[in-house]
Amino acid sequence: MSEPRVLVLSGYGLNCEDETLHAFKQAGAVGDIVHVNDLIDDPDRLAEYQILAIPGGFSFGDDTGSGSALAVRLREHLGQQLLDFVASKKLVIGICNGAQVLVNLGLVPGFDESLHRDAALLANATNRYQCRWVHLKVNASNRSPWLVGIDELFIPVAHGEGNFMLAPEALDLVRERDMVAARYIDVQGHRAGGKFPANPNGSTDDMAMLTDTTGRVLATMPHPERAIAFTQRPDWPLKKEQLRRAGDKIPAAADGLKIFKNAVAYFQ
Amino acid sequence: MTFRIKVLTKVKDARADVLKSRFGLSGLKIMDVYTVDKPFAPDVRKRIAHALHNPVAQEVFVLGDDMAEPAGYTQMLGPFDSAVETGYLPGVTDNVGKTARQLIEDLTGEAFAIEEGVYSGRIYLIQGDQKLNKAKQLAHDLTNPLVHSAHVMSKADMAAGKRVVSVPRVRLAGSDTVLSVDLNVDDTALGTIGKQGITGADGKLRGPLGLDLPAMKVIQAHYAKLGRNPTDVELETLAQTWSEHCKHTIFAAKMDNLSEGLYKGYIKKATEEVRRRKGKDDICVSVFSDNAGGIVFDDDWVICDKVETHNTPSALDPFGGAMTGIVGVNRDCIGFGLGAKPILNRYGFCLAYPENRHELFRDAKRKQPLPSAHAIMDGVIKGVEAGGNCSGIPTPQGFLYFDDRYRAKPLVFCGTIGLLPRTLNGKPAHEKKANPGDVIIMAGGRVGADGIHGATFSSEALDEGSPATAVQIGDPITQKKLSDALLREVRGQGLYTSITDNGAGGLSSSVGEMGRESGGFEVDLDKVPLKYAGLEPWQIWVSESQERMTLAVPPAHVDTLIALLKSRDVEATPIGTFTDSGKAVVRYKGKVVMEMAMAFLHDGLPQKELKTRIAPPLSVEPEIDLPEDPADVEEALLDMLAHPNIRSHAFVSTLFDHEVQGTSVLKPLQGAGQVNGDATIIRPLPTSWKGVAVSQGIFPRYGDIDTAAMTAVGIDFAIRAIIAAGGDMDNIALLDNFCWCSPDDPKRLWQLTRSAKACYEYAVQFEVPFISGKDSMYNDFKGYDHTGEAIKLSAPPTVLISAVGVVPDVRKVVSLEPKMRGDHVYVLGLTGDELGGSIFYDLFDELGRKTPQVFGREARNLYQAISKATAKELVASALPLGRGGLAVAAGKAVVAGGLGLKLNLADVPTTEDVVRDDTILFSESASRLLVTVAPEHKNAFEKLMHGVDWARIGVVIDEPELIIHGTDAEVTFMWERAELEEAYKTPYEGFASNV
Repeated sequence: MSEPRVLVLSGYGLNCEDETLHAFKQAGAVGDIVHVNDLIDDPDRLAEYQILAIPGGFSFGDDTGSGSALAVRLREHLGQQLLDFVASKKLVIGICNGAQVLVNLGLVPGFDESLHRDAALLANATNRYQCRWVHLKVNASNRSPWLVGIDELFIPVAHGEGNFMLAPEALDLVRERDMVAARYIDVQGHRAGGKFPANPNGSTDDMAMLTDTTGRVLATMPHPERAIAFTQRPDWPLKKEQLRRAGDKIPAAADGLKIFKNAVAYFQ
Repeated sequence: MTFRIKVLTKVKDARADVLKSRFGLSGLKIMDVYTVDKPFAPDVRKRIAHALHNPVAQEVFVLGDDMAEPAGYTQMLGPFDSAVETGYLPGVTDNVGKTARQLIEDLTGEAFAIEEGVYSGRIYLIQGDQKLNKAKQLAHDLTNPLVHSAHVMSKADMAAGKRVVSVPRVRLAGSDTVLSVDLNVDDTALGTIGKQGITGADGKLRGPLGLDLPAMKVIQAHYAKLGRNPTDVELETLAQTWSEHCKHTIFAAKMDNLSEGLYKGYIKKATEEVRRRKGKDDICVSVFSDNAGGIVFDDDWVICDKVETHNTPSALDPFGGAMTGIVGVNRDCIGFGLGAKPILNRYGFCLAYPENRHELFRDAKRKQPLPSAHAIMDGVIKGVEAGGNCSGIPTPQGFLYFDDRYRAKPLVFCGTIGLLPRTLNGKPAHEKKANPGDVIIMAGGRVGADGIHGATFSSEALDEGSPATAVQIGDPITQKKLSDALLREVRGQGLYTSITDNGAGGLSSSVGEMGRESGGFEVDLDKVPLKYAGLEPWQIWVSESQERMTLAVPPAHVDTLIALLKSRDVEATPIGTFTDSGKAVVRYKGKVVMEMAMAFLHDGLPQKELKTRIAPPLSVEPEIDLPEDPADVEEALLDMLAHPNIRSHAFVSTLFDHEVQGTSVLKPLQGAGQVNGDATIIRPLPTSWKGVAVSQGIFPRYGDIDTAAMTAVGIDFAIRAIIAAGGDMDNIALLDNFCWCSPDDPKRLWQLTRSAKACYEYAVQFEVPFISGKDSMYNDFKGYDHTGEAIKLSAPPTVLISAVGVVPDVRKVVSLEPKMRGDHVYVLGLTGDELGGSIFYDLFDELGRKTPQVFGREARNLYQAISKATAKELVASALPLGRGGLAVAAGKAVVAGGLGLKLNLADVPTTEDVVRDDTILFSESASRLLVTVAPEHKNAFEKLMHGVDWARIGVVIDEPELIIHGTDAEVTFMWERAELEEAYKTPYEGFASNV
């Protein structure tokens, strides 16, 4: 298979579908933006795709807890299709609000197929929305196909509820099984240690990305799709000037693109 | 049948922790409450409760029909002494309740009936509060009596079962009779009707019409000729359509000898002249005729821009006012042409200083307080956050500006840029026309009693305590579903011929406007879907309930359009037909309740004639002692960097999502030091390197001396900020927002005229057209102070100039931070002795007299030269000199880049009257920039600057310091970067840090 097909979900306040699909296309995938209701009307359609992306946004306005209302809608109408999708070794990514949906659906951490919730994404420790760029260290022991070959990432977060919280047993389990995919670090590359702003939300164990037990389902609070082009980086005007004067080539891409390229590579 | 679900967060809860420290509490827990007003079996209630909480972090209680708590419930809640229960008042938009309802519908498959619902609330459980003082404080500070209910309880009361359970159902007893309003009365009585409004069937006043006596007399004469009295629907319609808000009667009035009025005689005229002069390079596509103004982006796309104010709503309910401000202007964009996609929001808040503690009241008995200065600032910021973030529109550009005269009437500016294909289905997409026979479709939210008389409401209207309030809160998700469906799917299929939003005046205004395109309309009010029963016919017609668009749909497309919208969970309803009858006809339950000639509705209002009286400034230039010691100057700069009108507002920039849509190029915070820039740039299409730059200029302090200077510098600064960032002089357009006060005062009108005239003069000099504008004339508050003394507090005359530009190549954009050691530092433009209205004088509580002057032609030459330099990538960094002048710009540059600057004042080009170092440092002369250039580009850059004022004044250094040598070689001023940064990032009192 050369070009994997990606389904980017839309509707009810999701709002990052265009840039998410663009990121996949830039990485070599093809795909469609599909409204939740169209998928509910025709659930078998999901099986036509290799990748499911639940993009960022404010589904149902984050009311009753971010991601929770859309998770109920998906579980009630598409629960089995989603489990089948994951079981067939396909890839799922939930970005920001999408990550909140995956956690509320129980697909992440998803120790079994019960769609039981084992994690929560709580209000940021500052109790404020935070839109800022963060540095991430990928957990080298995590086996997620989404993160193959990536060591560090510089991409933005933009959320009000990004604080991963797990019950003690579940926390032990995700650490044991290396399901924490990436953690917040500071500019110097040290673990953020819960400290703001390197850790923008107070997340337990500096968790920024969490996977299911297989690594194929990735819940990421930071937004890789907003870091596709070099000119999206906040430091690009400085970097450009430095590179020009050193006579070096100015890159075209930013860090986030690698994640989407990995997804495409997984199917090749 | 009503039951409640209470969700208690059992783990560390940041929402509670932040409030705990704000209110100095020893402990606080938050419980979310859902009151479900619909019968469900006990096991279903449990399933609902399960879905409404996350068991990992929360526990849930289900309270039965009698609302009785389970045994030992208060103990289960853990230690607390007092509790505050808050909820929404009947009729106030409750988004959480609405989502909970949809969640329950999904879960149970049972739909809610119109009289059923879910209502959200919160209970705060407070520790260490035996006397309930903290609870009262929290209830006071966290709720707005126009929006929320709030009940304070002790734990003992709760344990004893005393509790308040309010189910905020709306129960209106509105009559559906239509009144005939007797206009055969004397002038006094006629004036009273115009001012105070129509008396309803229940004997109560319905709220002001805002029609003055001359307008009322025109209406009287019109109906006398027809031989009947107007119906209430007709009179309310005229009040909306002829309101200052909709018709801009002051800008349209004959002003002294200017018979065309300020709008046609100055603003529109400037645009016509600029367009003529630009000829084939004209960038305008649609100006002043639609919901927004449009300019060319490229061969395939148009961008539109609109900036609105939402001042009065924000004064009463800062959160709801600002939120509906931003989602409202989004609809202007969605209603531009056949519908543009919102791609950027901008904001601006003119506020009292947050430390202002003055209490103000709307009534003499001091029962109706205005929100505190802190609450207004907090509310308007959170309102734009909620509206912008939830809508998925980046909000990078904005400002905070402080003056205590904004205490009662804050100014809340909200703007939106949109992107529209140049053609759709083979026709220009910026054009629209409802045809006779097209069906009138209302799409989006339903109609309630919210926002009745939004354009004209006053304190009396709010006193009466109508069950549904005049305050509006937005529902961005309903709007998002509507805009997604329209822009992604419906627009491209050509299913409608015209579209506009429902804002001020509601349906009366949107249908009235679109009816002009076809030449008439007929509407059946009983077809309009309502939020609840009991609305009177006139209310349905003028309600300003949010999140609605009106469309003109050819009959053949009606079913397709409604079905498509329904599949996206968007309600769309046919409510009438556009006609060419020349008549505006409204029916209710088959009876005609309005029949009016379109010509009278739109053109019946006679032009006002107004007179001005000259009001020259009274202030004088102060004598400021020469600084005795360089340390005085050093301290002054730190004070200025910490000045609320200069310091960082990073805490707002990081609160507003500016990365969504993945388009950001030049962000609100720039450099490693994260300094707020004066322009931001996005790249709206991943397939093109073209960018859109936006900026703002606002200088009300100059307006206290001379409104023309305020306007000129606003125009100059907004243009200059885009030029500094790499924009192109020939691809910039302007928008004006006039916020005035006391328009009955001829002196204020003189100031207004000067300002409007400056718009004309400088737009022509810069060759930059105005494409859209808005005025808000009555920014006055008449109320009472804390002693019950009557006072009037007016916002100062304020002009906001917003600029939008198309940037040829975003890869050449210039950020503000100096980048490399050894780069040359230049100041471009001439520095004069122009400290009038400056921040420097403000440190001494002085206003001064000599404001900056703008020489538009010279500035334009300079900006063209800079555009050439940035196009050739010769400029490493640039920032416009604004408030605080050269020294503040240099200070910001050092904070942003992390590198130092070493400058010589003796090299700064000045006018002859400049003799003091502090003048060179702090003068706010217009049309100046601070730029850095790599040594290898020095010659090329200087060659391009030939013929304009410029000087090389220093160099970028490694040491993180700002070193400025005085004109006297003996004098040196020096600052460490760390102290500059600390001053610049001073937090606003009571708000988050500026990191």
